[in-house]
Amino acid sequence: MHRRHSSKTQKQPLQVNCKNQTNLSAWQKGGRIDLKQSVQDHPSPNENDSKQGSLEQALSYFEKIQDRVSLKKNSVLQKHLTTVESIALERGLPPEGFDVLLNVALSGKLADTVNTRLLKSLIPASVIPENSVVSSVSWLCVSKCSGNIQQLFLRWLITVFDFIDHKEQLHALYGIFFSFLQDEKLCPYVCHVLYLLTRKENVKPFRVRRLLDLQAKMGMQSHLQALLSLYKLFCPELVTITLPGKMKTYFKNSEGPWKAAINTVRRRNQENSVVSQPMFLGTAQPQSRKRKWNTQLIIPASSTNKIHLEEDREKNHVDLYSTNESFPVEQLQTFSHLLENIHRLEFPSQMGSVLTNPLLLHYMNCVKDESIYLRLHYWMGQTLQEECIWCVADNNKYEEEFKDFLETIYKTECFLQEGFSSCEEFLYKSLLLWDGFCCRSQILRLVSWIPLSSFPEMKSHLYDPLAQLFFTSSLYFKCSVLESLKELLQNWLNWHMVHLDPESDSEVHSLNTTLSGLVNTVAELIHFVGWLSTVALRLENNPTFLLYFILDFYETVCDMYLRYNLPLLIMPPAGVFYPVLLSMDSVSLNQLCYIMYRYRTNLVAAKENELNKKKIRQFKFSSQTYQEYNQYITAMVGCLWTSSAFQKDTHPQGLRMDDELLKKTAVQEYKTSFNIVYHPAMMGYAVLFLQQAWPDDTTFNFSLIKGKKWNSYLEYLYAQGLKGLKVFIESSINRVSQASHSKAQNVQV
Amino acid sequence: RRGAAPGSVMESADGAMRTLPSIGRLSRGPPFGRAQGRLGVSLSGRLLPPAPYSQGKPDPQRTALLLGKQWILYSVTPLYRFSNAHLRDYARLLSAFIAAEKQKGLAVEIGVELDIKVVVSSLPDLKGSDQDHAAILVQLSSRSPASLKNSDEKLIWSGWFCCVSGDDLSETVTEDFTCLPLFLVNGAESYTSIVGSWFQKTFDCSFRRLAISPLNLSWMAAMWTGCKVDKTASPVELIFSVPCLPQPLDISYAIHAEDAKALWDTVQKTPGEVTQEEVDIFMDCLYSHFHRHFKIHLSATKLVKVSTAIASAHCDGIIKFLQSQYLTGVLMLLTELAISQIQ
Repeated sequence: MHRRHSSKTQKQPLQVNCKNQTNLSAWQKGGRIDLKQSVQDHPSPNENDSKQGSLEQALSYFEKIQDRVSLKKNSVLQKHLTTVESIALERGLPPEGFDVLLNVALSGKLADTVNTRLLKSLIPASVIPENSVVSSVSWLCVSKCSGNIQQLFLRWLITVFDFIDHKEQLHALYGIFFSFLQDEKLCPYVCHVLYLLTRKENVKPFRVRRLLDLQAKMGMQSHLQALLSLYKLFCPELVTITLPGKMKTYFKNSEGPWKAAINTVRRRNQENSVVSQPMFLGTAQPQSRKRKWNTQLIIPASSTNKIHLEEDREKNHVDLYSTNESFPVEQLQTFSHLLENIHRLEFPSQMGSVLTNPLLLHYMNCVKDESIYLRLHYWMGQTLQEECIWCVADNNKYEEEFKDFLETIYKTECFLQEGFSSCEEFLYKSLLLWDGFCCRSQILRLVSWIPLSSFPEMKSHLYDPLAQLFFTSSLYFKCSVLESLKELLQNWLNWHMVHLDPESDSEVHSLNTTLSGLVNTVAELIHFVGWLSTVALRLENNPTFLLYFILDFYETVCDMYLRYNLPLLIMPPAGVFYPVLLSMDSVSLNQLCYIMYRYRTNLVAAKENELNKKKIRQFKFSSQTYQEYNQYITAMVGCLWTSSAFQKDTHPQGLRMDDELLKKTAVQEYKTSFNIVYHPAMMGYAVLFLQQAWPDDTTFNFSLIKGKKWNSYLEYLYAQGLKGLKVFIESSINRVSQASHSKAQNVQV
Repeated sequence: RRGAAPGSVMESADGAMRTLPSIGRLSRGPPFGRAQGRLGVSLSGRLLPPAPYSQGKPDPQRTALLLGKQWILYSVTPLYRFSNAHLRDYARLLSAFIAAEKQKGLAVEIGVELDIKVVVSSLPDLKGSDQDHAAILVQLSSRSPASLKNSDEKLIWSGWFCCVSGDDLSETVTEDFTCLPLFLVNGAESYTSIVGSWFQKTFDCSFRRLAISPLNLSWMAAMWTGCKVDKTASPVELIFSVPCLPQPLDISYAIHAEDAKALWDTVQKTPGEVTQEEVDIFMDCLYSHFHRHFKIHLSATKLVKVSTAIASAHCDGIIKFLQSQYLTGVLMLLTELAISQIQ
């Protein structure tokens, strides 16, 4: 207290806002400064110089006021007061102004109307020096000013709290503020100030008792509830409170008359650095319906509930890395909070709450602690089973909630790039009973995050129930299933890439999964999708829509060796390949061309690696893969280029047909029926090309496309966006002579 | 795979309305089979704990308060950072929490005398093996406002957590966790909800009602029939409910204890061990006897309740213990069911 009085008696006029204010002696010295100089620190345009001058005059006038001055009779006071008000509202006051104006407003020298006007014009242009606030508090202690002014000052303090440059000395005054609680009128505002100031070390049993006495006297008051909740947050071993669910605001009218002005000034000054402190008490979630107490569907709010019992504290002293002060998760609001406090952060009392807290998910990603996953595993497993709407009777009415819950889990999995084992188990258990309709998109998305493991019962628990639904459901469902299986494959491959890192190679093995195990699991999935696709194409009669999803899947499959470093390539089954090759639309055909091109690139790379023996490879592609590729490529080249599909195709399920049989079809020129001109998917382009090249010819004489025209037809096709065809032809067809197309050969790998 | 309980077993009480049906990832069989290996042998048996329990009988005085009352069953996932050293602190915190919940919005100081007194204590003998954590008893009693003397306390609610031979679960968790998978409650639902939420919040665990499937009820019928009871025993009573009727119809089937035991003795091959096959034969004999007299196929109905001299159990997950010497034996079976619901 002594130093506050000394500062008062020194009557120091204006204090510098020095940056290293933590030094107490520096603060005591205070020191006079030249106002002009400090004003120059805030460069202002020339036209404002006069305003600046009048503000200086006003400030020095207020500084020198000794006795009570009447506003009505004193035009000088009127003038200066108006100056302060107008400048404050327009540009805000410089840091040096606050000490002077607060001193005069709280000293009781002037009438309350003047004091009110002065306080209302305390709009900060940048920051407010802490010592001006400290000296104001000492004025409150001597109670020279009226209750209304005290109240207004506290409201001002709450509004501008974040503009105060330092708060250490303000924190030292915690006890003083606390003592103001006894004033019934000030109590709500003091509670708010304390709420902003309270730190863990301020929460003491005698203060708790004092607050409880107040509560007993005044009953349920939202400001007391807020402060007590904060106390509970810091010291759950001292006090507890359950907030009623409806509460929304804890402090009324906290913004006062300044908020709008501050925002205006701030916008003018482009000052965005200070962010007002958010309230973090809103933990009570709106609960739409009354449900069982152990309903787990409601994701708990993040809340600290660390009970600091005696033994725990002693333990902490031994542990060098953990500090006694843990950071309450309720206060974790921004990413920078996370970075600053990551060493003293603790997970909330209920792990389930991380699902809705991205910051904690970030933290979870950094922490290698088995128990956090185990906690989440149990909670999620129980919740999924208990709330599953098709496994548990009477849960139907909560379909929306369950959907949201599944959605949240899916988002979390995407965020963590990792599937939850509890969710995997849930899928295995519930897919058998699933109707394929309820929560469809959520369930299928969750399927895509089933972890990659060599789980032997995958077939009976995932593939069989899915296949059953697949075959009996609509085209759209089929496409959704295929898409989700594609995602699943990609997630597995990504996982494999991350864990393939030679340094973490041991980790793969520690997870009970050997590379060959993984390869087998991936192969099983691809074969499953191949089988699904084959059957689906026959059931649905080869719609383009379905082809698109199937080919999308194979676009990932054909690149596994190069893109994901997985020693596995599987060709699509004939039941997929031939329907696409003979499909009526160019999009699918073009996509197939691209896929075959990527197969080729991957196979060539694999063969080179094998031949060079650069790496000792455990895994070699079987000759059957190469053989299958060669059969397909022969068929494709025959179909698109050499018009020899019926003769050269060697695949057992291929297009090969005897001439006798072909003659019976009565198709003329069956030999040329398939190439890039005559292929049903390409014929449309050929027609357009003809119209362009021979505008006068209406006979559609396709045989005109040959020689040089063949080449310009190719260019035309490429220009139409058939990029897949382009890369395919350029890579797989060895054009002996540019002039002659008929001799082109396919290259076998 | 992080977070997976390594020995997790896909299995649940078959047939119970609110639970998932068993699927064959791991064949079911009596859950005991899991002890022999994850993939379970479907016809492995349950061992009956010897009647005077090897761990030393639980103190009859302490267990007396567990007998003769109806307990509602819950399964509880492992408690995170629970410590036996802090039972008194837990009682203080829980008592303040109850007060705060009852007067929403008013803060409560921790440690002061409140209307509802909470005692959290340990029942050290109530466990099956050395790995088991001792049972934890929570008792709420109300103090009459007139005098706050202890003598005026009235027990209004009690609940206890226990684990008898729960190695299957405790082996899968890290040391931060305490496995007490079975929670039994007697008292008003409103207190259950407050105490339960406090435990959920404080130890990050989840509670679920534990229903008993008809299959497990038939196991109980067989196992308890085979137990020796000193005095003249009350009859074995089985209650069946007939499904798909406009009016609920229950069939009660009571058998003299000696007759039932005689039947069971002819069925059971190895004393001290029970197999699924034996249970099935036992029930089939009872069914065919009933059919002979009343021409009703009990196998087409649903077994909902079993009462014997040892204990009685209802499919909704309600149990009553009658013999203190068989307390741990019954709890072992219930622990098994609770664990299979958690995993």
